[in-house]
Amino acid sequence: MASVEIRGVRKSFGGTPILHGIDLDIADGEFCVLVGPSGCGKSTLLRMLAGLENITGGEISIGGRVVNTVPPKDRDIAMVFQNYALYPHMTVRENMAFSLRLAKAPAAVIEAETGRASRILGLDALMDRYPRQLSGGQRQRVAMGRAIVRHPQVFLFDEPLSNLDAKLRVQMRGEIKDLHQRLRTTTVYVTHDQIEAMTMADKIVVMQGGRVEQIGTPLELYDRPANLFVAGFIGSPAMNLLRGQVSDGAFRPEGLDGAGPIALPLPGSAPVGRAAEGQPVIYGIRPEHLRLSDTGIPVTVQLVEPTGAETMVTARMGDSTLVGAFRERVSARVGDTLHLQPEPSVAHLFNRETGMRLMT
Amino acid sequence: MSGVTSAELPWNPRRAERGWLARLLDSKPFLIAICLFPAVGLLLTFLTYPLGLGIWLAFTDTHIGRGGVFVGFENFESLWYDRVFWSAVFYTVFYTAVATVLKFGLGLWLALLLNEKVPFKSLIRAIILMPWIVPTVLSAITFWWIYDAQFSIISYVLVDVLGWKDSYIDFLGTPWHARWSLIAANVWRGIPFVAISLLAGLQTISPSLYEAALLDGASPWQRFTKITFPLLLPILAVVLTFSVLFTFTDFQLVYAITRGGPINSTHLMATLAFQRGIPGGQLGEGAAIAVSMIPFLLFATLFSYFALARRKWQQGGSDE
Repeated sequence: MASVEIRGVRKSFGGTPILHGIDLDIADGEFCVLVGPSGCGKSTLLRMLAGLENITGGEISIGGRVVNTVPPKDRDIAMVFQNYALYPHMTVRENMAFSLRLAKAPAAVIEAETGRASRILGLDALMDRYPRQLSGGQRQRVAMGRAIVRHPQVFLFDEPLSNLDAKLRVQMRGEIKDLHQRLRTTTVYVTHDQIEAMTMADKIVVMQGGRVEQIGTPLELYDRPANLFVAGFIGSPAMNLLRGQVSDGAFRPEGLDGAGPIALPLPGSAPVGRAAEGQPVIYGIRPEHLRLSDTGIPVTVQLVEPTGAETMVTARMGDSTLVGAFRERVSARVGDTLHLQPEPSVAHLFNRETGMRLMT
Repeated sequence: MSGVTSAELPWNPRRAERGWLARLLDSKPFLIAICLFPAVGLLLTFLTYPLGLGIWLAFTDTHIGRGGVFVGFENFESLWYDRVFWSAVFYTVFYTAVATVLKFGLGLWLALLLNEKVPFKSLIRAIILMPWIVPTVLSAITFWWIYDAQFSIISYVLVDVLGWKDSYIDFLGTPWHARWSLIAANVWRGIPFVAISLLAGLQTISPSLYEAALLDGASPWQRFTKITFPLLLPILAVVLTFSVLFTFTDFQLVYAITRGGPINSTHLMATLAFQRGIPGGQLGEGAAIAVSMIPFLLFATLFSYFALARRKWQQGGSDE
């Protein structure tokens, strides 16, 4: 096991810069998830870590050793690919033993290691099958088994669950996390799915356009998003973002279109609200932090989506849309008027120009 | 939502009476028959009939201009004691074996090169296809010039430019020179087919397999032997079968360059069959030589079908 340090890493394809200086520390044994929309450079960063892409600038070290020019096989890492990359002409056993066999490990060691991996992953009955004869989840497990047998210092996962159906994805998510808790190997995991990131990570790195937007634990990112991008990316359904201004110690949304003057209580401490006085800001409130009340903002119901556990209500307030998630049953119908009350202590305020969070 | 109900729609679908033609065209057996007819007709006319006629002729003593009678295995018996026939059989097998090995060695090598990132890839690919596109007889004539005893460019370069040899090479004048020269021409012509087919096969191999192998610690040679070659084997088998069939039945190159000479040393079974049957007039004997090729071809096809074509790992389950 080892820590990973990424210092000012840049990457360009031809003349096009893809990564603009990434700094990241991953502690020994940590489960770190790189998350972001497609094209944000998260997979490229992972492939640079694996040695499959050259490093244009900066430095990557694994376990204190700079690996910029170290070939992939000597980096002591193992990678699980999005399409699993199982060798179709080899059985499960041969797939898992391949790296050991290339390293000329004694037969007894190969036997012991593949046996251990198959026990960990529950693959005992499938050892003599070919990849074609396996289901998606089984292939996924074989790909992990191939990584486990090598005892790598770092596991790399490149969107490993995106080829699975929704139910299996949830199951494999649990299995990967369980595996990490048992082996405690440093893991770097790439995904575009923020739920995967939230549920699995010790540390999440949110990336966009080749830059790191925020690094933190799942709940830090959820409770204190550093900017509008993270606020909108983390959480489902997404945070409601309202444009408006701060005046007289309250937030006054714009574009209400005859809905009357509305003042929302400011989040956090009063001094922050005073500093933002008169500024154009964006007010963020998560759907589950809206309460039904008799005195709140009047909204017109557009869509009611009961999921059983909670009910999602999409409603219009002037020219903006609000989504609320309520634990209680909502009997409102389309076109009805509801009154929503935000919980001010968990609301967020962002600078409209820079998109940055406006409070400590 | 504007609340459109079906009652407001005036359209009322009614099942129309169908004519006999509509009912006929809906009948599956009729459709199968009518769709198969052109293909089956063409196959029967241009494949089965000539083949059947050829086999029949092999058992007759037909000459050109004179209908023959059934003579049983007489043609084959006389071929059994015919040294020219056995020399043609030997050369056909030799020609096929050597040319196929060379074509596959060089073709695979070219395909691997083209599968890498090379500049002007499509231009190179087009150039490589050239020998395949040029009509065989045209390239045969070119080779005829290249192998000419007096005007050969190879002799010219070796003797007059480089000074490595003292005298011009008589490429087509002695049996073994002629045999190797024809094999060289066949290899030149056959490489594009092998290279392009194998390149197509190479491109179906997922790049992530190579990346996985790279991480697993495979050297370039191991990536070839453990990943590329086994995954290419099914396509290799199909291309090999076709290549063997084409080479074994080759006619044009040999007939255009040497006509089987010198002293019948470069006759293939196909050229000998033609020589005996058409210019020689002995249709029955020519047909018998042609029919003698069938067991060889059958063996080659069955061998590649059973031994090479379908691997165990390809069976069971669907792809992804």
